[in-house]
Amino acid sequence: MLAKRIIPCLDVRDGRVVKGTNFRGLRDMADPVELARFYNASGADELVFYDITASAEGRGLFTDILRRVASEIFIPLTVGGGIRSLEDFDRVLKCGADKVSVNSGAIADPSVIAAAAKRYGDQCVVLSMDVKRVEGRFRLFAKGGREDTGIDAMEWAVRGAGDGAGEIVLNSIDTDGVKNGFDLEMLDALAARVHVPIVASGGAGNMEHFAELFTHPGVDAGLAASIFHSKQVDIRELKDDLRGRGVEMRI
Amino acid sequence: MTAIVDYGVGNLFSLSSSLRFLGVETEVVREAEALRRAERIILPGVGAFGDARAKLDETGLVPVLLEEAERKPLLGICLGMQLLFERSFEYGEHPGLGLVPGEVASLGEDLTDKTLKVPHMGWNSLEIVKDDPLFRYFRDGEYVYYVHSFYARNCRESTLGTSRYGDLAVTGAVRRGNVWGTQFHPEKSGDAGLRLLRAFAEL
Repeated sequence: MLAKRIIPCLDVRDGRVVKGTNFRGLRDMADPVELARFYNASGADELVFYDITASAEGRGLFTDILRRVASEIFIPLTVGGGIRSLEDFDRVLKCGADKVSVNSGAIADPSVIAAAAKRYGDQCVVLSMDVKRVEGRFRLFAKGGREDTGIDAMEWAVRGAGDGAGEIVLNSIDTDGVKNGFDLEMLDALAARVHVPIVASGGAGNMEHFAELFTHPGVDAGLAASIFHSKQVDIRELKDDLRGRGVEMRI
Repeated sequence: MTAIVDYGVGNLFSLSSSLRFLGVETEVVREAEALRRAERIILPGVGAFGDARAKLDETGLVPVLLEEAERKPLLGICLGMQLLFERSFEYGEHPGLGLVPGEVASLGEDLTDKTLKVPHMGWNSLEIVKDDPLFRYFRDGEYVYYVHSFYARNCRESTLGTSRYGDLAVTGAVRRGNVWGTQFHPEKSGDAGLRLLRAFAEL
């Protein structure tokens, strides 16, 4: 059967991996290529690279890093951050990305999803969403979680999947960086609305949180950054533990 | 030399990098002459079948591919594997290369459990149903990486390995004579995938 996926996320700024709490107070952690090697060896199922400052400051992507990683690590690589156009898709795909994650770029120009899906296939287009509860509703945020778009997040997801996004990464701003567990309520709400794979992001603090996450069948993967970077949770141990609990895992 | 056929479909970066990583001499080719010169050929591909078939036809390489498949190992990957079959029902009906008996059909339509997601995306274990030199360094049940919405069926005689998705045994690897195919991406299947490519490079 299809295994659930464990995905470390490398937020990259100026060629270094950083991870903040609630998107603020970034702390420098490691060299992305080194870290990618480490995760590949520890059994990560996929790697995600986000250029976290690109949206806000218009920076280009770290294509050199990407090319180096893709030349020696042969698991799926997703790249995001500052993706706005087909040219951006093209640039990172040529450097070895398998999937391209679009967030603020799709909010600015929603047609980029359909255009990219048509050119590169649905499997290549990941819709990444930063979502926060506002007045009891799930609201879509832009610019790395700093700007309320006023858009209903679930409507946005349905539209994105309809336009050809082959996967959705749901990052809950409410739980991100807090390490109290994934936002299961928000994930369930999304799983009830879309039929594409869902990657849960934001809130992982320990192994228990992943075990809890995968009791929700609509969720396909768990993504986290700081708990893996800080070696608080070891991916190999995590996968062994989850398999022991009956979760399908690639070991 | 291992030739990777470039017909404008999909990303060849990972595939050529993985072969280079294994120390396999590789060329990304568009010329008939290079296919004739190659010791083995890889036919990659992502996207829609009809479009890929049209692009492959445009290169004029089809007759050479069919000819060379008689005398040297050919490996189709993902959509490249699907192209090896007789026909596909992806958005209409399209003729394949007819190198492997069978057809390509919608996974979504054939899955009984409609809660299962399509595309079938992620790591699934490959159960070997027929031993083959392709599995020389590969262990039964190892996980490989899939991304696809259509799959090969009615190809039992050629099937080397399958992966379970709901009630379907999804065709994972096939072989007929010199022609091999994998629905999954060995170039994205970590160490297990590299070992499979190594075995192919030694054929």
